[in-house]
Amino acid sequence: MQEKIPILQIDDLLLVSIQVDMHDQLALQLQDDLTEKITATSARGVLIDISSLEIVDSFIGRIIGNISAMARILDAKTVVVGMQPAVAITLVELGLTLGGVHTALNVSRGMELLRRGSSDS
Amino acid sequence: MSIAKSSTFPVAAETDVVKVRQAVRAAAIECKFSLVDQTKVVTAASELGRNLLIYGGGGEVRIELLQEGLRRGLRTVFEDHGPGIPDIEQAMKDGFTSGSGMGLGLGGARRLVNEFDIVSKVGEGTRVTITKWK
Repeated sequence: MQEKIPILQIDDLLLVSIQVDMHDQLALQLQDDLTEKITATSARGVLIDISSLEIVDSFIGRIIGNISAMARILDAKTVVVGMQPAVAITLVELGLTLGGVHTALNVSRGMELLRRGSSDS
Repeated sequence: MSIAKSSTFPVAAETDVVKVRQAVRAAAIECKFSLVDQTKVVTAASELGRNLLIYGGGGEVRIELLQEGLRRGLRTVFEDHGPGIPDIEQAMKDGFTSGSGMGLGLGGARRLVNEFDIVSKVGEGTRVTITKWK
């Protein structure tokens, strides 16, 4: 069976919680699934919870950046929430700053950010 | 310096890179690394494991627990018999990539560990060795 990361829909928001140690193909699959789902559901926001991710390397960082950029083009805002402090420290030392990606400390703050974003527009 | 423990993992598919990450994590915990240091060395291993697979066509990863006097360390060796790197200096530069990555693999991995060594011969392969001390 092919593994997949589930995407949940709550009103006009899509919610993803990454709970597995992703190999690269799985991350690419998520990128494709999310962009398709944004179009299919006319979602205005995407929340990605990475609190279970023990590392974010340059590949996963690139995928997160891609998702955020693709979502923006499709008129949806992406927020990445729950990054572990050790992961944040490592990311910056690795040379990745996730420029252009919105982040929030936890799910509720991320939701707040997305809701605010959609009422502005 | 003595090697207290050594294990080898073949890397031929993306899922093997995940296994290497998990094995490096377990070894880093055994070395009693802080969570930040665990994360750094696992991230470095992930970058180098991916390089091994994509650019080296697969290979082998050896994880060694080191003991030098009172200090403990973790050495990870990534070895492939791929095409080799013609210009290592260029390959180490941030932003340089011959593939689809961000070009942070080698240079980034070097910043996350204490010791970094790369030996590559065109047509024979590449060996990257990283060491992190407690």
